[in-house]
Amino acid sequence: MKIKYLARILGAFALLTLTACGEKGESVKLQGAGASFPAPLYLKWFKSYSASKPNVQVDYQSVGSGSGVKSFMDRTVDFAASDAAMKPEDMAKVTGGVQLLPMTAGSIVLAHSLKDVPSLKLSREAYVGIFSGKITKWTDPAIASANPDAKLPDAPINVIVRADSSGTTFVFTKHLSAVNKDFAKDIGVNNMPNWPVGTRSKGNEGITASLLTTPGSIGYIEYGYAQSQKLPIAVLQNKAGNYVAPTTASATAALASGEMPADLIAWVSDPEGKDAYPIVTYTWMLFYKKYDNKAKAKALRELINYGLTDGQKESEGLGYVPLPPEVVTKVKAAAETIS
Amino acid sequence: MASVSSQTQIREEVAGWNPGQIWQPPTRAQRWYDNAFRRLCFIFAVFTILLIAWLVLEIAFRAMPAFRQYGLNFIYSTTWDPNKAQYGILPEIWGTLYTSLLALVVGSAFGVAAAIFLSEGYLGEIVFKGLKTVKLQHHPIWGKLPERFELLLKNLIELLAAVPSVVYGLWGLFVIIPMIRPACNWLHEQFGWFPLFSTTLSGPGVLPAVFVLSIMILPTITAISRDALVSVPPKLRMAAYGLGATRWETILGVLLPTASRGIFGGIVLGFGRALGETMALAMLVGNANRLTVSLFSPANTLAALLANSFPEAGAKDIPVLMYAALVLLAITLVVNIVGALVLERAAGKAEAK
Amino acid sequence: MSKDRISSKQELIPAQNDPVPNPFEGVDFAELELSLYRPRTLITIILSSLVTCMTFLALIPLFAVLWMLIWRGGQKLSLALFTQLPPAPLEQGGGFGNAIVGTLIMVGLAALITVPLGVLAGVYLAEAKGSQLAEVVRFAAKVLTGFPSILAGVFAYGAVVLATGGYSAIAGAIALSILMLPTIILTSESAVAMVPAKMKEASIGLGATGAQTVWMVLLPTAMPGILTGVMLAVARAAGETAPLLFTALFSNYWLASSGRVDFMQPTASLAVLIYNFSGMPFANQVELAWAAALVLVLLVLIFNLIGQSFSQPQIQQ
Repeated sequence: MKIKYLARILGAFALLTLTACGEKGESVKLQGAGASFPAPLYLKWFKSYSASKPNVQVDYQSVGSGSGVKSFMDRTVDFAASDAAMKPEDMAKVTGGVQLLPMTAGSIVLAHSLKDVPSLKLSREAYVGIFSGKITKWTDPAIASANPDAKLPDAPINVIVRADSSGTTFVFTKHLSAVNKDFAKDIGVNNMPNWPVGTRSKGNEGITASLLTTPGSIGYIEYGYAQSQKLPIAVLQNKAGNYVAPTTASATAALASGEMPADLIAWVSDPEGKDAYPIVTYTWMLFYKKYDNKAKAKALRELINYGLTDGQKESEGLGYVPLPPEVVTKVKAAAETIS
Repeated sequence: MASVSSQTQIREEVAGWNPGQIWQPPTRAQRWYDNAFRRLCFIFAVFTILLIAWLVLEIAFRAMPAFRQYGLNFIYSTTWDPNKAQYGILPEIWGTLYTSLLALVVGSAFGVAAAIFLSEGYLGEIVFKGLKTVKLQHHPIWGKLPERFELLLKNLIELLAAVPSVVYGLWGLFVIIPMIRPACNWLHEQFGWFPLFSTTLSGPGVLPAVFVLSIMILPTITAISRDALVSVPPKLRMAAYGLGATRWETILGVLLPTASRGIFGGIVLGFGRALGETMALAMLVGNANRLTVSLFSPANTLAALLANSFPEAGAKDIPVLMYAALVLLAITLVVNIVGALVLERAAGKAEAK
Repeated sequence: MSKDRISSKQELIPAQNDPVPNPFEGVDFAELELSLYRPRTLITIILSSLVTCMTFLALIPLFAVLWMLIWRGGQKLSLALFTQLPPAPLEQGGGFGNAIVGTLIMVGLAALITVPLGVLAGVYLAEAKGSQLAEVVRFAAKVLTGFPSILAGVFAYGAVVLATGGYSAIAGAIALSILMLPTIILTSESAVAMVPAKMKEASIGLGATGAQTVWMVLLPTAMPGILTGVMLAVARAAGETAPLLFTALFSNYWLASSGRVDFMQPTASLAVLIYNFSGMPFANQVELAWAAALVLVLLVLIFNLIGQSFSQPQIQQ
């Protein structure tokens, strides 16, 4: 009986010492959440960064742009990521101010699971029609006319859209609305629009997984996901009328057609160039202008610096588009305002 | 007999915080301790009721803003469009009830069959007959096999309940859906006019969800039904055999009617479990907010809606989701209360016998 | 057949020439046999085989799931799984050590909350058997057993996450404890009620107070049953995903850093890992999901078996 009593006291003491010891060493833990679009690239950055700086841990959860922005506004995270930037009214709600920094860019591709038609060409009318629910079969004339030699299956098109609030969806619907006025009216630009068709999956990862397992399907994902899973990608018709495949060159050409304003939020909804790939976007990281914990602010500035220098070298390999150099200088300047 | 003063001395020496000492009338400290302990047990017991009340109140409180804004229209409308601020959970309510009812039909058919199998001891008989052919039925070790096999079977069915729901979802995604897709699409091509087969199975849908859901509620139904069947008084069974009934005539004519209250209670509890099941459905039901009767079409349930929408919900959406949670709470509470009541009546009836 | 008056002892012994009276006279054996030509026996055989088939059909999914787990999950089983952190997309290798630790910690915290609460409530129910309050509490516990796990998560979100301002292991533990509590209350009540009355009466007869009786007689005797209940509740909580989805969220890092364990931050868990990774297109992640599922099912099985092993001695009593 006495031994049990003693054991209990010793156990409590051990627990106390365990919690007490560990004050040595300034360890910084950064929590981030947000878009799934750049998640593979960010996660790679954070892992290499943490490996080189052992007392800094950066944790990122790919929960979707909408959820990331919400957590950022609730102050449950230290930074967030969003492809839809942030609405001005949301930015006003954050006390102390928000600093948006574009960290990378990428193209949204329409990946599909028609293995027999690896280079499917989709005209502007075709792909808007598919996602408005007006074109329901692969053998529809709008698709067949652009692909005269292809063996299109006589099957319904399984459209796959996002189930969660997504910046990728925002950019995609922005583009579709810019191309087609009816789409703008009926469905509009949104993180989570009321799609008339489609099964829903969570995250870029979910759409990719569904594309891999569902025959005759099409969905919109970031280029890196399609590339890593070797999914066939549709070749889209741009504003100039040419069919352009998504490559670093075509995406860079598209980005170049837009100006980067001072607040660093730029949209390229329907690029003009003849070699431009039609659907591209920057993707932003959201930071508070002021951090109470100065160590966190310092670690974040260093993290941003890493992303803008070494990080950009890794982006192309994972399917993203490196930022143009003039954008990089503007972002570096803006990053200094984080304290 | 010690004098009073020395008794007090001993008492004072031994008393204090020593709950183990009982050879003296309880000291004040021990009486205080006993009182405090009884109070504590009482408080903890009452806490259970308070917990349910707190659960309901917390969710209702957070749902209030949405309730004021949308009223009962929320339950009737079918559009779920957070951007246009149009919320309606009728497709989800339908999906929840539809999948649970279908799973209930399949699950209780198999569950009651398994319960009958267990209560009749078929496995034990088969093993016994096997042992008889090798003349081992009276062996001290081998002779115990029929009992062991019965116990093993009972444990295996209970093991179905131990597998976590997310593992069933994983299995359903990668095994069941590819497996049934060819058959379902064939059915759609041949019998597409039949409302149950009116769409193709592109991936997750009602049927895979129902399949997995029925596996998950089967152990509950089997366990409770088996207990009900086993607690039928043996004299009823013997009387039926004595009157010349065959085995199945006793089962269908005597045992099932007598145990019917308990079996019904088990089915209702299984239904309650199916209604509240989240993970397997979130992964398998397709998350499409549409009202559909087709077995192959994706649908949505209240629990899956909550699981998918909560992480992204903004401050505006949380009250709406809490409202949906309140509806789910109401449905499951009602079903669980009915089930518990039915089982209590059944148990009371058996005890009275 | 026998004479009315028995005149001598000789007549009591049946004559050697008289045939032994046939009690089965007039009975047609063909009618009594289990013959396939009789509809009643035919129905019996058909229904018996139907029920046997259905029972074994019901067991097939269990074996199918276990087989898939062992086949796909077993391929990736290695020590690295327990020591490494989850990999980023397109990264090879990695493990889920932090998820295992997270699950164990959250379930442990939940057990710490519910075991005292539940056992003492069960003791009260067993002791105050007839009272109205006991009936109500017991009924409430039975209703709580069917409580949807997602609603426990919703409640914990409202009560803990919104109140403390962040996702944490504590919120996850509280959600899990709502699910564990009814099981522990009901099993400890039945365990304490099963203690033979004479032991309790003897202890009271010796002059022990109620509290002393509980601590020194009832609880030690009922301990196997109570432990069974605790293990079953723990097994169930270890497998739950929905309550943790938005209370503990997920984390890619260890819970403890530089010697300190922080309970107030998002925590990884096996169940949420499986859910997250199962929807990913990356083969490495999916394989890890299978391996994690195997580890989780093994964990749950071990808890169940430990719990059942405790209850065996009680049955023999």
